[in-house]
Amino acid sequence: MNRPLEAGLAVLGAAALVLVAWAAPWLKFVLTLALAKGIAVLGILLLLRAGQVSFGHAMFLATGAYTVAFLAPEMPEALLLLPLGALFGTALGLVVGLFVARYRDIFFGMLNLALSMVLYSLLEKLYALTKGTDGIRVAGLTFAGAQPAREIQEWIMFALALGLALGFGLLVRAYLGSPMGQALAGIKTRETRLEFMGVPARRVLLFAYVLSACMGGTAGALVAMTSRHVTPQLAYWTSSGELVFIAILGGAGSALGPFLGAVAFELVRVYAAAQVADAWQMILGGVLLAVILFAPGGVWGILAARFKARA
Amino acid sequence: MTAWFTDNGLLLGLALLDGLAYAALVFMVAVGLNLVFGVLRIVNVAHGSLFAIGAYTAASIGLFLAAHGLPPVASYGALLLAAVLVGAVLGPPIERLVLRRVYGHEDALQLLVTFALFMILEDVQKLVWGVQPVANDAPMKYLGTVDVPFGEDVIPFTAYQLFVLPGLAVLTLAGLAWFLRRTLTGRVIVAVTTDKEAAMAMGIDATRVTLLTFTFGAALAAFGGALASPTTSLVPGVGAQTIVLSFAVVATAGLGQIEGAAVSALLIGLGRSVAVYFAPEFEVVVPYIIMVAVLLVRPQGLFGVPETRRV
Repeated sequence: MNRPLEAGLAVLGAAALVLVAWAAPWLKFVLTLALAKGIAVLGILLLLRAGQVSFGHAMFLATGAYTVAFLAPEMPEALLLLPLGALFGTALGLVVGLFVARYRDIFFGMLNLALSMVLYSLLEKLYALTKGTDGIRVAGLTFAGAQPAREIQEWIMFALALGLALGFGLLVRAYLGSPMGQALAGIKTRETRLEFMGVPARRVLLFAYVLSACMGGTAGALVAMTSRHVTPQLAYWTSSGELVFIAILGGAGSALGPFLGAVAFELVRVYAAAQVADAWQMILGGVLLAVILFAPGGVWGILAARFKARA
Repeated sequence: MTAWFTDNGLLLGLALLDGLAYAALVFMVAVGLNLVFGVLRIVNVAHGSLFAIGAYTAASIGLFLAAHGLPPVASYGALLLAAVLVGAVLGPPIERLVLRRVYGHEDALQLLVTFALFMILEDVQKLVWGVQPVANDAPMKYLGTVDVPFGEDVIPFTAYQLFVLPGLAVLTLAGLAWFLRRTLTGRVIVAVTTDKEAAMAMGIDATRVTLLTFTFGAALAAFGGALASPTTSLVPGVGAQTIVLSFAVVATAGLGQIEGAAVSALLIGLGRSVAVYFAPEFEVVVPYIIMVAVLLVRPQGLFGVPETRRV
């Protein structure tokens, strides 16, 4: 896929999202959440490039979200809370990354899962601090000191999510094209050879891991400020599974994939939950199975094949 | 120290007894997961769902039998019947129709396929048994309680948890060890686990072995669930909790290790129940802390063999 076409698609997609958000105001909320999750999934995509799958990345999302929830009563400024969420996500990513970057494959996945479950249980059990499963409400946010009407706030959140999605998308593109990004793909193909060439594989993976944690933290801060409510469920292992699900659904071939996947996922979820309240998970599971077995390139893979056929 | 024991001895005794029963249950699930991983090289995320469905099935059959006037001892038959039923009904189709298509694929895809199965089975379980708690403690009540002397005190403890659960776990372990080392089918399974290609070159039908192993593993998970059902009331989410716990046991033991799973189940089971009595906030965290501590020192698990790196 060539560069101008991908950029064109990104702009087109962004324009389409704005149009839909404007035409159907209730979808604006869904789309903002989808964009936020897409940012976290972009982080999963980085690790997938190295052939590693983290079944615990929701811990960084939850960290960003709880950062916002904890700090908001003292300091309700959204434009400060957002980078702080990203910062705390990054910091946790560095600590956890130093440990998990030593492991590969199944162990990498399971260690991430285990550590995210530690965070989940702490969020659930330390009731005095986190209000347990009830979660914490995030109220009274200000934007650059002002507290605009609710409708305006929703648009600001949507614009923030969209802008950050585009920004991180560009960053990931540039990163994957750089020598360091190429080395990341080398971890998947044959790590030992990478080290023979003098490339410190563990450090390459650690960098990608911390970057992905930063995106997870950002996504979490956006989710908390959009949904205005955080619960430990954000850190549960099934939420991590969802993120990996979205990565595969969208396709790991492009930085656009995570956002395609996230929008598709959230829309399917909203409609499936409305139509068949008890079986929406089953429908999502069926979609996931179908994608893996019949369209391993994801939504992006289907689109890319179309374009290739036409060109 | 002595003063502490006089104050807390009873509690500690209770914690140890509880932990033993708990470890027995965890072992049943983890050993199935480990066996399946050994042959299929897939960590089955849906293993926990099989545990949950086994538990629900056992409770339903037990309640049905009781409603038709059969004596409580018949519900022991229900436990075994549930395991066989779930293994035979769900095992073969899952392996044949789904897992077989992703053998040799990336870890990420394999994990996600089983995650999709997990999502589907969770909803199947909700559709069949609803979200209200289901309970049948007839098998446990039938055996009554035993007074366990502990120092100067006596702990009344259910005979079911004291004898039946640990007894069956030991029986399963011994039976499995005998089966794998002494019978032809068992040896064939070990051969496929060690080197699939070589085994196939010797004329072993690996397709049959994988089907057999998965079905057997599924039945073990369901049996674990069935045995757990009298001790607790069943609610949605049991499967999700069980699978992360058995992951922790399996990773601590080392992938593919059968006896090792028993040791780490004991370690984690006792650790968790000691936490339940002495630091309840950390109950859920303890298994993961044990796992992380073990993996820090031995990255391949307590009994795992480090893999040689390919160049």
